[in-house]
Amino acid sequence: MAVQSVESSTTSPAASPASTSPTPSFGPAVALSCRECGERFDLGPIFACTACFGPLEIAYELPTGDPEGLRRRIEAGPNNIWRYAPLLPVPADVADTPSLNPGFTKLVKADNLARELGVTGELHIKDDSGNPTHSFKDRVVAIAVQAARTFGFTTLSCSSTGNLAGAVGAAAARAGFRSCVFIPHDLEAGKVVMAAVYGGDLVGIEGTYDDVNRFCSELIGDPAGEGWGFVNVNLRPYYGEGSKTLAYEICEQLGWRLPDQIVIPIASGSQLTKIDKGLKELIQLGLVEDRPYKIFGAQAEGCSPVSAAFKAGHDVVRPQKPNTIAKSLAIGNPADGPYVLDIARRTGGAVEDVTDEQVVDAIKLLARTEGIFAETAGGVTVGVTKKLIEDGLLDPALTTVVLNTGDGLKTLDAVAPTTGPSATIRPTLDSFREAGLV
Amino acid sequence: MSVNVRIPTILRTYTGGQAEVSAEGATLAEVLADLEKNHQGISARVLDDTGKLRRFVNVYVNDDDVRFADGLATATPDGAGVSIIPAVAGGC
Repeated sequence: MAVQSVESSTTSPAASPASTSPTPSFGPAVALSCRECGERFDLGPIFACTACFGPLEIAYELPTGDPEGLRRRIEAGPNNIWRYAPLLPVPADVADTPSLNPGFTKLVKADNLARELGVTGELHIKDDSGNPTHSFKDRVVAIAVQAARTFGFTTLSCSSTGNLAGAVGAAAARAGFRSCVFIPHDLEAGKVVMAAVYGGDLVGIEGTYDDVNRFCSELIGDPAGEGWGFVNVNLRPYYGEGSKTLAYEICEQLGWRLPDQIVIPIASGSQLTKIDKGLKELIQLGLVEDRPYKIFGAQAEGCSPVSAAFKAGHDVVRPQKPNTIAKSLAIGNPADGPYVLDIARRTGGAVEDVTDEQVVDAIKLLARTEGIFAETAGGVTVGVTKKLIEDGLLDPALTTVVLNTGDGLKTLDAVAPTTGPSATIRPTLDSFREAGLV
Repeated sequence: MSVNVRIPTILRTYTGGQAEVSAEGATLAEVLADLEKNHQGISARVLDDTGKLRRFVNVYVNDDDVRFADGLATATPDGAGVSIIPAVAGGC
């Protein structure tokens, strides 16, 4: 098979000091490339460019020239993300190593919701609550664990808004690593329990997620963090690639077809940028038809720095102090925000936000129409989809995919105050009749 | 005014491997200028060609992100801690 370099850098790469041949441990990945200045580095546990601090991402030599063969190989693979191993920075035998084997979650054709929202085209929910720890985080962590193994790390760590802490704890337990994860001290109780139950260390930090992130960044440079793999810091280039599998799955589950419109939640913006990268790769590899698609970003009003920048026409993002029930999206200083703005504008999409009240309404709407109980981030995407349709920004006649990235059981607090029994009765038929339910 | 500056791993080539150095200055801009005097080349890594903070660098004076304060004009009181940190992220 011929090989083709695929990069997402917005500027032309500088002369490469890095090697350019794939190494077995990282499959088709050949280097780390700075998304700001294009400088290249050897594959290693680094995440920021030494020249400009820009984020590093994986550059590949992907298998081109035989799209039919590649498609058959993928379709014959396991029913998890490892079916896409030829497109990921992992060894070819990755499916044989201990892992939670996430992915290949349901793409639900949401006809009832479509009717409620006035959608005449196809509306699908990519329901990632079906992952092993009930959020999309299992995808990204699975890739980071492979990198941690290759780099010889023995402790897995992360800064987390909750979902990631659980995903790291579970993946570490399964793969035989120690784990020590850091979260804001005031997270939803369900997420705290889910992060702690796997037996690793869980540390609550008195501060916001951005404070936790800062702490972890400092810990990496300190002897106390020596030999630790922080999945979303020093393993971040590998970790982020896991989100590409959402793009691959959506297209494969649509019958190797691009959706016309995708609505994606934004916290750091990483997931949105990687889904765009995955879609572009599928086009370049000839696995889907090359035609336009629109990417929409969704935030909660109480933490909407990217949405605010989009609406103001800015290309930089001014940080905000988060105040929203959508805690998994509460990142006030989103590292990938500028790239999200570029992608939304390039594809003709938009970035929108909804209030906490609209988030709760949307969670209930999705539950009532499709039987899917989404966490607050799913309420954000469904709520934003509704708003985008009402504002005429999202075409209801086209094929649209809306992401639900986590399970509603993780954020019961959001809906509990307004959700409960229709009636409480004595165990008699008379009492039931009196309740007015029949 | 003397402050302690925490240096991220990727800038320690400029400080001889030191994770923390002292610098003088009443504002962040002055502190960075003083850093540059003693560790030549470091300032161009933190500031872009127009003299602004690079967008993927976060700088804290004590516990405050300077983007929420006065940016490069943020006061750096005697004994303050200044942290230079590459922007990273979790979440979606």
